[in-house]
Amino acid sequence: MALLSKKDANLITDPLADNNPITIQVLGICSALAITAELKAAVVMAVSVMFVLAAGNVVISLMRNIIPSKIRIIVQLIVVAALVIIVDQVLKAYAYELSKTLAVFVGLIITNCIIMGRFEAFALANGPWRSFLDGIGNSLGYGVILVIVGFFRELLGSGTLFGYPVLGDPITKSGLYATGYENNGFMIIPPAALIVVGIIIWVQRSRNPALVEEN
Amino acid sequence: MLEHVELFFKSIFIDNMVFAVFLGMCSYLAVSKKVATAVGLGAAVIFVLAVTVPMNWLLDKYLLQDGALVWLGPEYADYNLSFLSFILFIATIATMVQLVEIVVEKFSPSLYNSLGIFLPLIAVNCAILGGSLFMQAREIETLGLAFNYGISSGIGWFLAILAIAAIREKIRYSNVPAPLRGLGITFIITGLMGIGFQSFGGMLTGGGEETEESTEQVNQILEPEVVVPVLEEEVVEKNTEIDEKDISYNDVKK
Repeated sequence: MALLSKKDANLITDPLADNNPITIQVLGICSALAITAELKAAVVMAVSVMFVLAAGNVVISLMRNIIPSKIRIIVQLIVVAALVIIVDQVLKAYAYELSKTLAVFVGLIITNCIIMGRFEAFALANGPWRSFLDGIGNSLGYGVILVIVGFFRELLGSGTLFGYPVLGDPITKSGLYATGYENNGFMIIPPAALIVVGIIIWVQRSRNPALVEEN
Repeated sequence: MLEHVELFFKSIFIDNMVFAVFLGMCSYLAVSKKVATAVGLGAAVIFVLAVTVPMNWLLDKYLLQDGALVWLGPEYADYNLSFLSFILFIATIATMVQLVEIVVEKFSPSLYNSLGIFLPLIAVNCAILGGSLFMQAREIETLGLAFNYGISSGIGWFLAILAIAAIREKIRYSNVPAPLRGLGITFIITGLMGIGFQSFGGMLTGGGEETEESTEQVNQILEPEVVVPVLEEEVVEKNTEIDEKDISYNDVKK
Protein backbone atom coordinates (compact mmCIF):
# COMPACT_ATOMS: atom_id res chain seq x y z
CA MET A 1 0.00 0.00 0.00
CA ALA A 2 1.37 3.38 -0.94
CA LEU A 3 2.49 5.75 1.78
CA LEU A 4 0.72 8.70 0.16
CA SER A 5 -2.50 8.83 -1.82
CA LYS A 6 -2.19 9.79 -5.49
CA LYS A 7 -3.45 13.31 -4.89
CA ASP A 8 -0.93 13.84 -2.10
CA ALA A 9 1.93 12.40 -4.13
CA ASN A 10 1.07 14.88 -6.89
CA LEU A 11 1.63 17.71 -4.44
CA ILE A 12 5.28 16.67 -4.36
CA THR A 13 5.84 15.75 -8.01
CA ASP A 14 3.97 18.59 -9.77
CA PRO A 15 6.34 21.38 -8.75
CA LEU A 16 9.28 19.31 -9.94
CA ALA A 17 8.35 19.76 -13.58
CA ASP A 18 5.01 21.04 -14.75
CA ASN A 19 4.33 23.55 -12.01
CA ASN A 20 7.91 24.47 -11.18
CA PRO A 21 8.00 27.52 -8.89
CA ILE A 22 10.89 29.18 -10.70
CA THR A 23 10.38 28.48 -14.37
CA ILE A 24 6.57 28.24 -14.53
CA GLN A 25 5.17 30.17 -11.59
CA VAL A 26 8.03 32.72 -11.88
CA LEU A 27 8.59 32.98 -8.13
CA GLY A 28 11.70 33.00 -6.00
CA ILE A 29 14.03 34.12 -8.77
CA CYS A 30 16.20 36.53 -6.76
CA SER A 31 17.99 34.08 -4.54
CA ALA A 32 18.02 31.42 -7.25
CA LEU A 33 20.41 33.48 -9.34
CA ALA A 34 22.63 35.20 -6.85
CA ILE A 35 24.21 32.34 -4.91
CA THR A 36 24.53 29.64 -7.55
CA ALA A 37 28.20 30.25 -8.36
CA GLU A 38 29.01 27.44 -5.94
CA LEU A 39 27.09 24.17 -5.73
CA LYS A 40 27.46 23.94 -1.95
CA ALA A 41 25.82 27.34 -1.44
CA ALA A 42 22.99 26.38 -3.80
CA VAL A 43 22.27 23.15 -1.88
CA VAL A 44 22.34 24.89 1.53
CA MET A 45 20.00 27.59 0.25
CA ALA A 46 17.59 24.96 -1.10
CA VAL A 47 17.58 23.12 2.25
CA SER A 48 16.98 26.39 4.15
CA VAL A 49 14.06 27.29 1.92
CA MET A 50 12.68 23.76 2.39
CA PHE A 51 12.74 24.14 6.17
CA VAL A 52 11.15 27.61 6.11
CA LEU A 53 8.49 26.71 3.53
CA ALA A 54 7.47 23.37 5.07
CA ALA A 55 7.40 24.62 8.66
CA GLY A 56 5.77 27.90 7.66
CA ASN A 57 3.10 26.13 5.62
CA VAL A 58 2.24 23.92 8.60
CA VAL A 59 2.09 26.85 11.06
CA ILE A 60 -0.06 29.02 8.80
CA SER A 61 -2.32 26.08 8.01
CA LEU A 62 -2.84 25.37 11.71
CA MET A 63 -3.70 29.05 12.29
CA ARG A 64 -5.74 29.52 9.14
CA ASN A 65 -9.11 29.76 10.86
CA ILE A 66 -8.09 32.33 13.44
CA ILE A 67 -6.10 34.82 11.33
CA PRO A 68 -8.23 37.91 10.54
CA SER A 69 -8.17 38.55 6.82
CA LYS A 70 -7.03 42.17 7.09
CA ILE A 71 -3.76 41.41 8.83
CA ARG A 72 -2.90 38.11 7.22
CA ILE A 73 0.10 39.48 5.28
CA ILE A 74 1.59 40.81 8.51
CA VAL A 75 1.05 37.49 10.29
CA GLN A 76 2.66 35.63 7.40
CA LEU A 77 5.63 38.01 7.43
CA ILE A 78 6.15 37.50 11.15
CA VAL A 79 6.01 33.71 10.87
CA VAL A 80 8.49 33.70 7.99
CA ALA A 81 10.80 36.20 9.67
CA ALA A 82 10.91 34.13 12.87
CA LEU A 83 11.74 30.93 10.94
CA VAL A 84 14.43 32.70 8.89
CA ILE A 85 16.03 34.08 12.06
CA ILE A 86 16.28 30.49 13.31
CA VAL A 87 17.86 29.33 10.03
CA ASP A 88 20.28 32.26 10.06
CA GLN A 89 21.43 31.61 13.64
CA VAL A 90 21.85 27.88 12.97
CA LEU A 91 23.93 28.61 9.86
CA LYS A 92 26.08 31.12 11.72
CA ALA A 93 26.67 28.58 14.49
CA TYR A 94 27.38 25.42 12.47
CA ALA A 95 28.56 26.60 9.03
CA TYR A 96 30.13 30.01 9.48
CA GLU A 97 32.04 30.27 6.19
CA LEU A 98 28.97 29.25 4.25
CA SER A 99 26.85 31.81 6.07
CA LYS A 100 29.38 34.43 4.95
CA THR A 101 29.01 33.32 1.32
CA LEU A 102 25.23 33.39 1.55
CA ALA A 103 25.40 36.62 3.56
CA VAL A 104 22.37 38.81 2.90
CA PHE A 105 20.49 36.16 0.90
CA VAL A 106 19.54 34.12 3.95
CA GLY A 107 17.63 37.17 5.18
CA LEU A 108 16.10 37.59 1.74
CA ILE A 109 14.38 34.21 2.11
CA ILE A 110 11.77 36.27 3.98
CA THR A 111 10.83 38.07 0.80
CA ASN A 112 11.15 34.96 -1.35
CA CYS A 113 7.93 35.08 -3.34
CA ILE A 114 7.56 31.28 -3.29
CA ILE A 115 6.97 31.27 0.46
CA MET A 116 4.36 34.02 0.58
CA GLY A 117 2.89 32.71 -2.67
CA ARG A 118 2.34 29.19 -1.27
CA PHE A 119 0.95 30.57 2.01
CA GLU A 120 -1.67 32.53 0.10
CA ALA A 121 -2.40 29.91 -2.54
CA PHE A 122 -2.36 26.76 -0.43
CA ALA A 123 -1.77 26.92 3.32
CA LEU A 124 -4.65 29.29 4.00
CA ALA A 125 -7.11 26.85 2.45
CA ASN A 126 -5.79 23.39 3.28
CA GLY A 127 -5.01 21.16 6.23
CA PRO A 128 -1.59 20.84 7.86
CA TRP A 129 -0.46 17.49 6.36
CA ARG A 130 -1.26 18.55 2.77
CA SER A 131 0.32 21.96 3.35
CA PHE A 132 3.47 20.23 4.61
CA LEU A 133 3.62 18.10 1.45
CA ASP A 134 3.00 21.14 -0.74
CA GLY A 135 5.83 22.95 1.01
CA ILE A 136 8.20 20.03 0.47
CA GLY A 137 7.17 19.70 -3.19
CA ASN A 138 7.64 23.36 -4.07
CA SER A 139 10.95 23.63 -2.27
CA LEU A 140 12.15 20.50 -4.09
CA GLY A 141 11.16 22.11 -7.40
CA TYR A 142 13.05 25.24 -6.39
CA GLY A 143 16.02 23.16 -5.25
CA VAL A 144 16.19 21.24 -8.54
CA ILE A 145 16.63 24.44 -10.55
CA LEU A 146 19.18 25.78 -8.07
CA VAL A 147 21.21 22.56 -8.22
CA ILE A 148 21.15 22.45 -12.04
CA VAL A 149 22.29 26.08 -12.36
CA GLY A 150 24.87 25.69 -9.59
CA PHE A 151 26.18 22.45 -11.13
CA PHE A 152 26.85 23.98 -14.53
CA ARG A 153 28.18 27.26 -13.20
CA GLU A 154 30.63 25.69 -10.78
CA LEU A 155 31.74 22.91 -13.13
CA LEU A 156 32.30 25.10 -16.17
CA GLY A 157 33.44 28.16 -14.23
CA SER A 158 35.88 26.73 -11.70
CA GLY A 159 36.27 23.07 -12.66
CA THR A 160 35.21 21.96 -9.18
CA LEU A 161 32.12 20.43 -7.62
CA PHE A 162 31.39 21.15 -3.95
CA GLY A 163 34.91 22.54 -3.81
CA TYR A 164 36.61 19.35 -5.00
CA PRO A 165 38.56 19.69 -8.28
CA VAL A 166 37.05 17.16 -10.69
CA LEU A 167 38.61 18.17 -13.98
CA GLY A 168 42.21 18.23 -12.82
CA ASP A 169 44.42 21.00 -11.53
CA PRO A 170 44.55 24.24 -13.58
CA ILE A 171 47.84 25.43 -12.07
CA THR A 172 49.86 22.27 -12.71
CA LYS A 173 47.92 21.50 -15.90
CA SER A 174 46.88 17.96 -14.97
CA GLY A 175 43.73 16.08 -15.99
CA LEU A 176 41.56 17.82 -18.60
CA TYR A 177 43.67 20.97 -18.44
CA ALA A 178 46.58 19.13 -20.08
CA THR A 179 44.64 19.19 -23.37
CA GLY A 180 44.49 22.99 -23.30
CA TYR A 181 41.03 23.32 -21.66
CA GLU A 182 40.58 26.50 -19.62
CA ASN A 183 37.94 27.42 -17.04
CA ASN A 184 35.15 29.54 -18.48
CA GLY A 185 35.32 32.74 -16.44
CA PHE A 186 32.01 33.93 -17.85
CA MET A 187 30.17 31.34 -15.76
CA ILE A 188 31.32 32.92 -12.50
CA ILE A 189 29.93 36.39 -13.15
CA PRO A 190 26.29 37.06 -12.14
CA PRO A 191 24.75 37.45 -15.63
CA ALA A 192 25.63 33.83 -16.44
CA ALA A 193 22.93 32.61 -14.04
CA LEU A 194 20.27 34.54 -15.94
CA ILE A 195 21.33 33.01 -19.25
CA VAL A 196 21.48 29.46 -17.82
CA VAL A 197 17.93 29.82 -16.42
CA GLY A 198 16.80 31.21 -19.79
CA ILE A 199 18.17 28.08 -21.47
CA ILE A 200 16.46 25.82 -18.90
CA ILE A 201 13.15 27.57 -19.68
CA TRP A 202 13.81 27.06 -23.40
CA VAL A 203 14.39 23.32 -22.92
CA GLN A 204 11.38 22.94 -20.64
CA ARG A 205 8.96 24.71 -22.97
CA SER A 206 10.27 22.90 -26.04
CA ARG A 207 9.46 19.58 -24.39
CA ASN A 208 6.01 20.71 -23.23
CA PRO A 209 4.38 22.97 -25.87
CA ALA A 210 1.39 23.63 -23.60
CA LEU A 211 3.59 25.98 -21.57
CA VAL A 212 4.50 28.31 -24.46
CA GLU A 213 3.18 31.86 -23.99
CA GLU A 214 0.72 33.34 -26.45
CA ASN A 215 1.90 36.53 -28.14
CA MET B 1 31.27 65.03 -0.21
CA LEU B 2 33.31 62.80 -2.48
CA GLU B 3 32.13 59.63 -0.79
CA HIS B 4 28.52 60.67 -1.50
CA VAL B 5 29.25 60.98 -5.21
CA GLU B 6 31.16 57.70 -5.18
CA LEU B 7 28.37 55.84 -3.35
CA PHE B 8 25.78 57.36 -5.68
CA PHE B 9 27.42 56.17 -8.89
CA LYS B 10 28.57 52.88 -7.39
CA SER B 11 25.03 51.92 -6.34
CA ILE B 12 23.47 52.82 -9.67
CA PHE B 13 25.94 51.25 -12.07
CA ILE B 14 28.35 48.85 -10.39
CA ASP B 15 26.26 47.31 -7.61
CA ASN B 16 23.04 47.61 -9.60
CA MET B 17 20.26 45.91 -7.70
CA VAL B 18 19.03 43.92 -10.69
CA PHE B 19 22.17 43.12 -12.64
CA ALA B 20 24.74 42.58 -9.90
CA VAL B 21 22.73 41.15 -7.00
CA PHE B 22 19.37 40.17 -8.62
CA LEU B 23 17.04 41.86 -6.17
CA GLY B 24 13.41 42.55 -7.05
CA MET B 25 13.38 40.12 -9.99
CA CYS B 26 9.80 38.86 -9.53
CA SER B 27 8.13 42.25 -9.97
CA TYR B 28 10.81 43.22 -12.49
CA LEU B 29 9.72 40.33 -14.70
CA ALA B 30 6.01 40.72 -14.07
CA VAL B 31 5.56 44.49 -14.53
CA SER B 32 7.96 45.09 -17.40
CA LYS B 33 5.49 44.48 -20.21
CA LYS B 34 4.65 48.16 -20.66
CA VAL B 35 6.89 51.18 -20.13
CA ALA B 36 4.16 53.23 -18.39
CA THR B 37 3.56 50.75 -15.54
CA ALA B 38 7.29 50.08 -15.28
CA VAL B 39 7.94 53.80 -14.73
CA GLY B 40 5.22 53.94 -12.08
CA LEU B 41 6.55 50.92 -10.19
CA GLY B 42 10.13 52.15 -10.47
CA ALA B 43 9.19 55.51 -9.00
CA ALA B 44 7.34 53.80 -6.14
CA VAL B 45 10.40 51.63 -5.42
CA ILE B 46 12.71 54.68 -5.34
CA PHE B 47 10.37 56.43 -2.93
CA VAL B 48 9.98 53.44 -0.60
CA LEU B 49 13.74 52.78 -0.56
CA ALA B 50 14.50 56.46 0.12
CA VAL B 51 12.20 56.30 3.15
CA THR B 52 12.94 52.85 4.57
CA VAL B 53 16.75 52.68 4.32
CA PRO B 54 17.43 55.73 6.53
CA MET B 55 14.73 54.63 8.97
CA ASN B 56 16.25 51.17 9.26
CA TRP B 57 19.70 52.75 9.59
CA LEU B 58 18.45 54.64 12.66
CA LEU B 59 16.97 51.43 14.08
CA ASP B 60 20.21 49.60 13.44
CA LYS B 61 22.40 52.28 14.99
CA TYR B 62 20.41 52.95 18.14
CA LEU B 63 18.81 49.59 18.83
CA LEU B 64 20.25 46.60 17.02
CA GLN B 65 24.00 46.93 16.62
CA ASP B 66 26.52 45.47 19.01
CA GLY B 67 26.66 47.96 21.88
CA ALA B 68 24.00 50.19 20.36
CA LEU B 69 21.94 50.49 23.54
CA VAL B 70 24.69 52.43 25.27
CA TRP B 71 22.55 55.60 25.18
CA LEU B 72 20.18 54.02 27.70
CA GLY B 73 22.94 53.54 30.22
CA PRO B 74 26.45 52.05 30.45
CA GLU B 75 25.19 48.71 31.79
CA TYR B 76 23.51 48.04 28.40
CA ALA B 77 26.75 48.22 26.43
CA ASP B 78 27.03 44.43 26.02
CA TYR B 79 23.66 43.89 24.38
CA ASN B 80 23.67 42.74 20.74
CA LEU B 81 20.16 42.62 19.32
CA SER B 82 21.19 42.16 15.69
CA PHE B 83 19.33 38.86 15.47
CA LEU B 84 16.11 40.92 15.60
CA SER B 85 17.08 42.86 12.46
CA PHE B 86 14.95 40.82 10.09
CA ILE B 87 11.71 41.23 12.02
CA LEU B 88 12.20 44.93 12.76
CA PHE B 89 13.28 45.80 9.22
CA ILE B 90 10.34 44.02 7.64
CA ALA B 91 7.98 45.68 10.13
CA THR B 92 9.16 49.19 9.21
CA ILE B 93 8.99 48.32 5.53
CA ALA B 94 5.42 47.00 5.78
CA THR B 95 4.33 50.14 7.64
CA MET B 96 6.02 52.50 5.19
CA VAL B 97 4.53 50.71 2.17
CA GLN B 98 1.06 51.02 3.69
CA LEU B 99 1.73 54.76 4.02
CA VAL B 100 2.94 55.05 0.42
CA GLU B 101 -0.20 53.22 -0.72
CA ILE B 102 -2.43 55.75 1.07
CA VAL B 103 -0.47 58.69 -0.38
CA VAL B 104 -0.55 57.32 -3.95
CA GLU B 105 -4.27 56.57 -3.75
CA LYS B 106 -4.95 60.14 -2.70
CA PHE B 107 -2.70 61.98 -5.14
CA SER B 108 -2.77 59.80 -8.25
CA PRO B 109 -5.75 57.39 -8.50
CA SER B 110 -4.84 56.42 -12.09
CA LEU B 111 -1.37 55.28 -11.03
CA TYR B 112 -2.92 53.46 -8.10
CA ASN B 113 -5.25 51.57 -10.43
CA SER B 114 -2.59 50.68 -12.99
CA LEU B 115 -0.22 49.34 -10.33
CA GLY B 116 -3.00 47.22 -8.85
CA ILE B 117 -1.71 44.42 -6.65
CA PHE B 118 1.94 45.33 -7.18
CA LEU B 119 1.93 48.30 -4.83
CA PRO B 120 1.24 46.31 -1.65
CA LEU B 121 3.57 43.65 -3.09
CA ILE B 122 6.45 46.14 -2.86
CA ALA B 123 6.50 45.28 0.85
CA VAL B 124 7.76 41.80 0.02
CA ASN B 125 9.91 42.93 -2.86
CA CYS B 126 13.42 41.65 -2.18
CA ALA B 127 14.81 44.95 -3.43
CA ILE B 128 13.41 46.86 -0.47
CA LEU B 129 14.50 44.44 2.24
CA GLY B 130 17.74 43.87 0.34
CA GLY B 131 18.48 47.59 0.36
CA SER B 132 18.21 47.68 4.14
CA LEU B 133 20.18 44.44 4.63
CA PHE B 134 22.99 45.57 2.33
CA MET B 135 23.05 48.91 4.16
CA GLN B 136 23.56 46.94 7.37
CA ALA B 137 26.11 44.52 5.90
CA ARG B 138 28.24 47.25 4.34
CA GLU B 139 28.16 49.25 7.59
CA ILE B 140 27.19 52.55 6.02
CA GLU B 141 28.43 55.27 8.31
CA THR B 142 26.08 58.23 8.38
CA LEU B 143 22.39 58.93 7.94
CA GLY B 144 23.13 61.05 4.89
CA LEU B 145 25.00 58.18 3.24
CA ALA B 146 22.13 55.81 4.07
CA PHE B 147 19.64 58.17 2.40
CA ASN B 148 21.99 58.47 -0.57
CA TYR B 149 22.25 54.67 -0.77
CA GLY B 150 18.46 54.29 -0.66
CA ILE B 151 17.87 56.75 -3.49
CA SER B 152 20.72 55.58 -5.69
CA SER B 153 19.91 51.86 -5.43
CA GLY B 154 16.29 52.77 -6.23
CA ILE B 155 17.44 54.70 -9.30
CA GLY B 156 19.53 51.69 -10.35
CA TRP B 157 16.49 49.40 -10.13
CA PHE B 158 14.38 51.98 -11.96
CA LEU B 159 16.92 52.17 -14.80
CA ALA B 160 16.89 48.39 -15.12
CA ILE B 161 13.11 47.97 -15.27
CA LEU B 162 12.76 50.93 -17.64
CA ALA B 163 15.32 49.44 -20.02
CA ILE B 164 13.79 45.94 -20.05
CA ALA B 165 10.25 47.32 -20.48
CA ALA B 166 11.35 49.38 -23.48
CA ILE B 167 13.11 46.36 -25.01
CA ARG B 168 10.15 44.03 -24.39
CA GLU B 169 7.79 46.47 -26.09
CA LYS B 170 10.02 46.44 -29.16
CA ILE B 171 10.68 42.69 -29.40
CA ARG B 172 6.97 41.97 -29.56
CA TYR B 173 7.41 42.42 -33.31
CA SER B 174 10.52 40.22 -33.57
CA ASN B 175 10.85 36.54 -34.43
CA VAL B 176 11.50 35.11 -31.00
CA PRO B 177 11.47 31.26 -30.99
CA ALA B 178 8.19 30.08 -29.47
CA PRO B 179 9.60 28.34 -26.37
CA LEU B 180 11.59 31.46 -25.52
CA ARG B 181 8.69 33.87 -25.92
CA GLY B 182 7.93 36.04 -22.92
CA LEU B 183 9.86 34.78 -19.91
CA GLY B 184 12.82 33.00 -21.52
CA ILE B 185 13.91 35.83 -23.79
CA THR B 186 13.55 38.32 -20.92
CA PHE B 187 15.99 36.30 -18.84
CA ILE B 188 18.53 36.14 -21.64
CA ILE B 189 18.22 39.85 -22.46
CA THR B 190 18.62 40.73 -18.78
CA GLY B 191 21.76 38.58 -18.72
CA LEU B 192 23.15 40.44 -21.72
CA MET B 193 22.33 43.79 -20.11
CA GLY B 194 24.11 42.58 -16.98
CA ILE B 195 27.22 41.87 -19.01
CA GLY B 196 26.94 45.37 -20.45
CA PHE B 197 26.69 46.92 -16.99
CA GLN B 198 29.85 45.07 -15.96
CA SER B 199 31.72 47.44 -18.22
CA PHE B 200 31.11 50.16 -15.61
CA GLY B 201 33.40 48.27 -13.27
CA GLY B 202 36.36 50.46 -14.13
CA MET B 203 34.49 53.66 -13.37
CA LEU B 204 35.57 54.44 -9.83
CA THR B 205 39.27 53.74 -9.71
CA GLY B 206 40.22 57.18 -8.34
CA GLY B 207 43.75 58.56 -7.89
CA GLY B 208 46.09 60.37 -10.33
CA GLU B 209 46.98 57.77 -13.00
CA GLU B 210 43.36 57.17 -13.87
CA THR B 211 43.69 55.90 -17.43
CA GLU B 212 46.29 53.23 -16.60
CA GLU B 213 44.38 51.96 -13.61
CA SER B 214 41.04 51.88 -15.39
CA THR B 215 42.42 49.76 -18.23
CA GLU B 216 43.86 47.44 -15.63
CA GLN B 217 40.50 47.23 -13.79
CA VAL B 218 38.62 46.36 -16.97
CA ASN B 219 41.21 43.73 -17.91
CA GLN B 220 40.96 42.24 -14.43
CA ILE B 221 37.22 41.82 -14.71
CA LEU B 222 37.53 40.05 -18.06
CA GLU B 223 40.10 37.53 -16.90
CA PRO B 224 39.21 34.20 -15.31
CA GLU B 225 39.98 34.33 -11.63
CA VAL B 226 42.85 31.82 -11.53
CA VAL B 227 45.06 33.53 -14.08
CA VAL B 228 44.80 37.05 -12.61
CA PRO B 229 48.14 37.37 -10.71
CA VAL B 230 50.32 36.41 -13.68
CA LEU B 231 48.69 38.69 -16.24
CA GLU B 232 48.35 41.74 -13.95
CA GLU B 233 52.10 42.39 -13.94
CA GLU B 234 52.38 42.07 -17.69
CA VAL B 235 49.50 44.52 -18.22
CA VAL B 236 51.05 47.10 -15.88
CA GLU B 237 54.39 46.84 -17.67
CA LYS B 238 52.78 47.28 -21.04
CA ASN B 239 50.84 50.32 -19.79
CA THR B 240 53.95 52.18 -18.76
CA GLU B 241 55.75 51.57 -22.05
CA ILE B 242 53.06 51.77 -24.71
CA ASP B 243 50.28 54.27 -25.43
CA GLU B 244 47.05 52.74 -24.08
CA LYS B 245 45.41 52.81 -27.52
CA ASP B 246 47.71 49.98 -28.57
CA ILE B 247 46.46 47.72 -25.83
CA SER B 248 43.54 45.58 -26.89
CA TYR B 249 41.78 42.78 -25.05
CA ASN B 250 43.67 40.31 -27.23
CA ASP B 251 46.87 41.22 -25.47
CA VAL B 252 45.39 40.12 -22.15
CA LYS B 253 44.55 36.64 -23.46
CA LYS B 254 48.04 36.30 -24.97
